[in-house]
Amino acid sequence: MNPANYLILAALLFTIGAVGVLLRRNAIVVFMCVELMLNAANLTLVTFSRINGTLDGQIMAFFVMVVAAAEVVIGLAIILTIFRTRRSASVDDVNLLKY
Amino acid sequence: MPHEVGHEVGYAAASGVFSATWLLLVLPLAGALILLLGGRRTDRWGHLLGTAASAASFVVGLVLFFGLRGRAADDRQVAQHLFSWISVNGFQVDAGLLFDQLSAVFVLLITGVGTLIHIYSIGYMAHDPGRRRFFAYMNLFLASMLLLVLGDNFLVLYAGWELVGLSSFLLIKFWEYKPAAATAANKAFYMNRVGDVGLALAIMLMFATVGSTNYDSVLGAAAADVIGYGTLTAIALLLLLGACGKSGQFPLQAWLPDAMEGPTPISALIHAATMVTAGVYLIARASPIFTETQAARTVVVIIGAVTIIIGCVIGCAYDDIKKVLAYSTVSQIGYMFLAVGLGPAGYALGIAHLLAHGFFKAGLFLGSGSVIHAMDDEQDMRKYGGLWRLMPVTWATFGLGYLAIIGLPPLSGFFTKDKIIEAAFDKGGTSGYLLGLTALLGAGITAFYMTRLFLLTFHGERRWSSSGEHAKHPHESPRVMTGPMALLAVGSVFAGGLFIVGGTLQDWLAPVFGEGHEEGAHTLSPAVVTALTLLVAAGGFAGAYLRYQLRPVEAVGRPDSEVGLVTVAARHDLYANTFNETVFMRPGQYLTRFLVWLDTVGVDGLVRGTAAGIGGLSGRLRRTQTGFVRSYALSMLGGAVLVVMTALLVRTG
Repeated sequence: MNPANYLILAALLFTIGAVGVLLRRNAIVVFMCVELMLNAANLTLVTFSRINGTLDGQIMAFFVMVVAAAEVVIGLAIILTIFRTRRSASVDDVNLLKY
Repeated sequence: MPHEVGHEVGYAAASGVFSATWLLLVLPLAGALILLLGGRRTDRWGHLLGTAASAASFVVGLVLFFGLRGRAADDRQVAQHLFSWISVNGFQVDAGLLFDQLSAVFVLLITGVGTLIHIYSIGYMAHDPGRRRFFAYMNLFLASMLLLVLGDNFLVLYAGWELVGLSSFLLIKFWEYKPAAATAANKAFYMNRVGDVGLALAIMLMFATVGSTNYDSVLGAAAADVIGYGTLTAIALLLLLGACGKSGQFPLQAWLPDAMEGPTPISALIHAATMVTAGVYLIARASPIFTETQAARTVVVIIGAVTIIIGCVIGCAYDDIKKVLAYSTVSQIGYMFLAVGLGPAGYALGIAHLLAHGFFKAGLFLGSGSVIHAMDDEQDMRKYGGLWRLMPVTWATFGLGYLAIIGLPPLSGFFTKDKIIEAAFDKGGTSGYLLGLTALLGAGITAFYMTRLFLLTFHGERRWSSSGEHAKHPHESPRVMTGPMALLAVGSVFAGGLFIVGGTLQDWLAPVFGEGHEEGAHTLSPAVVTALTLLVAAGGFAGAYLRYQLRPVEAVGRPDSEVGLVTVAARHDLYANTFNETVFMRPGQYLTRFLVWLDTVGVDGLVRGTAAGIGGLSGRLRRTQTGFVRSYALSMLGGAVLVVMTALLVRTG
């Protein structure tokens, strides 16, 4: 199978993620979209690893996954705390930190 | 270009008693420091310490003077090196003292008259809460003035010059709670500054031309004709500007009468006997320069002659006893300027008149102080009258000073002033006649206004009352005040004869000024000049006697609308203040206001405008912080896309 297809898939996934981050209001969904973008990047890394025949990209993908796991823990904790205090999971309601 | 002067004379190094020359300065300086730093705890004995410091300095001066007399006539210049003051490559100034014939007479005048005035002040300032401070400043003045006359180069002289200006300022505004005194002190300071700039420029020019500021180098170079005539004249004229400022000569005379706001002993010491004569000292000290430049000397005599007349005319118009004496000082210093402007023939005569004037004018001021004290600080002569019975000692001492200044033979003023008038005629030609006649006229007017002052104060009917609201109880001053007055009166009587008869002072000063007093051709024979002078003075006396003794005197002067134009002008200082205000002060104020406006609108406007612009801009930029996470995410995406695009473009392009 042509490795370029993986890249196209990754680009599609990334775009879907980005659009989701920009358009959705629900914090959980936005969060999932961020994960989607991260995994699209992972897919790209693995694909390039395959194309180049080296392991660097795959190692990098592991790093990304570990960081993403840690990030998810902190992110969900923040979202939960906000939900508890403000009874809302909409990112547009969390707009106190401004001019 | 600085160049070496090959024929420096060099002065004998100080040894023996002369190694104590520095004590002259240090004694009064120590007095001033102790009194100023000691504060209130020295209040009780401060005046005694101040007087003692001054007297000790006088004793040292006497010892040195007789030491100098004991030396051979051509070896009477003793220099004491103190320390190296400024040492830069190519610019060496050593702080050193020079005790020669000229310094010696000044040292004796300053410390002698100074000590008498210190003693007088013990009585005069007895009830003043600031007496200790007063004595501290007086000591400071003595030290500064001694530095001025003892310095062995022009830069040390300049330091003394500025310090006497400072002491004068501090003492004029001694009663600083009086607005007039504070203003007068500022005025004196500003006008002196004008002259000081001249002196400073002269010193710079000397250094640029000769490469040194030492008396022996500069004056030696001047005498040896190694300085160009133009430069020499420029130096001389700048020195003259400095001298005019310090000595209250035309056109910088207006500060001196205002300086009378200070306590009377100060008027006597600083503004009559010593500091204001510093200008004459400067010209006499720089005599080799002035001898070489006829042009500058012409300016000096013109200034002297003009000032004589200005002082005399205004002196006739004032009713304030101290103002009249102040203008009298201005005109007497005019005589000294006239004398030293005549060149070698006149230097010693100018100094002789200076010394004699130091005695009689200090005596007159102390006498006026005694009268002012007795009349509860009233200074208007029209409110005096008939005081001679009540204050016999003041009357007698003041009278001797008065007779000395109008030139009654054989008192001081007769000898010294007569000689100056004679020398002015002897200058020869039309200018000689003009100068001689001006000096003669001045002598006549001096006799008039001094007689007026004397008669108004001590004779005639009493224009004050010893009862009622403004009751006066005039009384003779205590001995501590009359004693110095008596001694100064003795000086006024004998000083002139002592200096002039037999040419004592001229011979003594001859090594400094060069031989110049040998009898040359006389325009008018001395006897004729003397007779004329006496005649003119008698005329002045008679005029004043007719007007102020034989006719009643109003207790209040007539208003300006009822007196002649000349009187009105004289009452307004011949419009000198008006002139200075219109020509210098007002344009200066306008310039200041313009600059302030420029600063506010231009400089400050630029700074504030920039700040306001940036502030406004950031206020608008702030609005982009909406708090919506999604818009931040959009801008991050935009940024990331931009970075990637740029990277791609750079790589491919």
